[in-house]
Amino acid sequence: MSADSETGNSDGTPCPLEVHDLTVAYHKKPVLYGIDLEVPAGNLIGIIGPNGAGKSTLIKAVMGLLPTSSGWVRIFGKSYRQNCHRVGYVPQRESVDWDFPVSVMDVVLMGRYGKLHLAQRPRKEDREIARDCLEKVKMLPFANRQIGNLSGGQQQRVFLARALAQESDLYLMDEPFVGVDAATETAIIALLRELKSKGKTLLVVHHDLASAKEYFDMLILLNMRLVAFGSTSDVFTPEMLQTTYGGRLTILSDVAQSIAAQS
Amino acid sequence: MSTSGCRNLRRGGPQGVAVLLLTIILLAPQWAAAARINEISESNLADRAIRFFAFQDPSLRYALAGSMMLGICCGLMGTFLVVRKLALMGDALSHAVLPGVALGFLWNMTKDPLAIFVGATIAGLLGAGTVQLIRNTTKHKEDAALGFVLASFFGAGICLFTMIQNLPGGNKSGLDKFMFGQAASLGRGDVLLLAVVTVLTLVAVLAFYKEYSLTSFDSAFARSIGLPVQLFHYSLMLLLAFAIVASLQAVGVVLVSAMLVIPAAAAFLLTDRLGMMLVLSAIFGMTAGGMGAFFSFVGRNLPTGPFMVLSAAAVFVAALLFGPRHGIAARWWRQRSRAERTQRENTLKSIYHVLEAADFRIEGASLADLAEKRRETLEEAQSQARELERHHLASLRNEVVSLTPQGWQRACEIVRNHRLWELYLTNAAQIAADHVHEDAEIIEHVLGEDNVRQLEKRLNYATRDPHGKLIPGLEDIRQGRSALIGTRATGYGGGGPKP
Repeated sequence: MSADSETGNSDGTPCPLEVHDLTVAYHKKPVLYGIDLEVPAGNLIGIIGPNGAGKSTLIKAVMGLLPTSSGWVRIFGKSYRQNCHRVGYVPQRESVDWDFPVSVMDVVLMGRYGKLHLAQRPRKEDREIARDCLEKVKMLPFANRQIGNLSGGQQQRVFLARALAQESDLYLMDEPFVGVDAATETAIIALLRELKSKGKTLLVVHHDLASAKEYFDMLILLNMRLVAFGSTSDVFTPEMLQTTYGGRLTILSDVAQSIAAQS
Repeated sequence: MSTSGCRNLRRGGPQGVAVLLLTIILLAPQWAAAARINEISESNLADRAIRFFAFQDPSLRYALAGSMMLGICCGLMGTFLVVRKLALMGDALSHAVLPGVALGFLWNMTKDPLAIFVGATIAGLLGAGTVQLIRNTTKHKEDAALGFVLASFFGAGICLFTMIQNLPGGNKSGLDKFMFGQAASLGRGDVLLLAVVTVLTLVAVLAFYKEYSLTSFDSAFARSIGLPVQLFHYSLMLLLAFAIVASLQAVGVVLVSAMLVIPAAAAFLLTDRLGMMLVLSAIFGMTAGGMGAFFSFVGRNLPTGPFMVLSAAAVFVAALLFGPRHGIAARWWRQRSRAERTQRENTLKSIYHVLEAADFRIEGASLADLAEKRRETLEEAQSQARELERHHLASLRNEVVSLTPQGWQRACEIVRNHRLWELYLTNAAQIAADHVHEDAEIIEHVLGEDNVRQLEKRLNYATRDPHGKLIPGLEDIRQGRSALIGTRATGYGGGGPKP
């Protein structure tokens, strides 16, 4: 593992996300094989691929939420642990219990927790930042609502506001467009573009091919392995999509099955 | 205590869990009876109640202070269990500590609170670890793992207890209190232990409120910002074990989980903020603890645990029934007042229809016409007119119901809502004109003014409904009945826009 080498862009600034030979296995069953990525800064990048391609797994593994079998991840040239304060995360909406007794404001404030010490209470400035973020996603009128009393689109906006409150440089978003209304989808994509224009890097797991081409400047095509990574105009081609979606990678999944059977 | 059950146990061997559980069920009433049939007091209940509130008895003071403190720490811990959907974890842990209690006693054959505390905590953590192990290494989910740990640890504990009863020597009296709890048997050391645990719990929850709430709500996000989620989970389990073990002697192994779950569950019915839930749960727990101690004392040596749990259950039922927002009573009341309002609005609408049939040339609707319109008796029509009068929507004179300006406005609004909705369904949603009435009957009562503005715009400010009847607009509502004279439908007019 050459984890200490500092790789970066040509101008010397370390690249937001570098993944080398990343392999992830669930219950000994590999779901991602040898992923290599070097993500250039200031891009809005879509991660697309069929169901079970490992899209969510990739961003979870990057953050160390899943154990990896091999490979390493660098965030701005350092380990995730050292630089986790520079990463904002939007989990899948279904991953939490929306009956949990917290208000919209409480959830957005959680985005500030990474900037606070253990046992430190959110400061006045944290509340102000949280208010600004709620305002940006047009959810300020709902600040005192319990989160279960919101529509799917509103809940997604709350998660987005929480990620904004993290004031990060690299954002990892898991299916932020699932189950949202058209108005919310437009609002979210506008917000993502605004973040990009401020030099932030965004990786967005996306399931809708039709809008992928329009939304993202770069695409990661994933199907258990990295099929392609490049600018949308280069990789959004019938051949590449055919490789990603059409051709079942029978050998890869067969091997995965037999490894699972052994363990 | 009977030893026949114990012999069964020893022979049981691999049949294991089933026999163990059966023994527990058979033994349980005997223990309860053993705690209850102690000398029956001659002094009456009132005297004992007075003695309770005099707080003279030092043992009573210990019992009360201990019970209330255990209510606080169980209430706090229980809140996290409930919001994390780990309510059964409390059950499993409380049963899992039993062998630890027995081993703590065997350490030097006395009821040394510290030895028992250490033994029970270790057993509890072992139980929690076993649950985790089963979950991580097998395909079993939490429920099966909890069930296994609960029964097997409890069984081991029962075996050890029966063994101790058969051992010669040692001060074994009071060991049975661990089963159903006896606050009166709390000593200075026990209360001190409870105080330490309660303070520790309070400090931890206050200091790490932010961390505990985030890790409970969204552990993936918590890990993504670098919080040691596992550490907080285990610290919570440790505090939970402390709370259970410290409470054992007062509530008993069997029911301590109820003191964890019930106050928190009651609090959850009343609030949707974690901070408030913690406060309420602690208060409910404290109250239930105090009441348990009271009833146990007044009833003379009754087991405390069941009374605490029943008090907590009473709080839960009260919250369920009388909670201001989600309570059954509040919901029933809201439904009732909504039904009454709908009824009034339907009467108003009928009066409008009667007036409309007369082309708005009459002042009010006669009771006879109203009754006919609504297919009701005169008496019913009269009582509804009275109801409108009570709400200042109409006045009833000489069997004629006349609408007040307020009543006129509401009547027009309801008719407008009904006809707008019918028109919308036929025009925009292409539903046949004879299918739309039923739907409009419901919608007319719930359409807000904002929805109405949208509908009007969408329908190009139409003035006639699908049946050719006038849709009263804002202007008509303002000007009153006389402005509508001569507007009665003359035929099928359709929903054309205003000129």
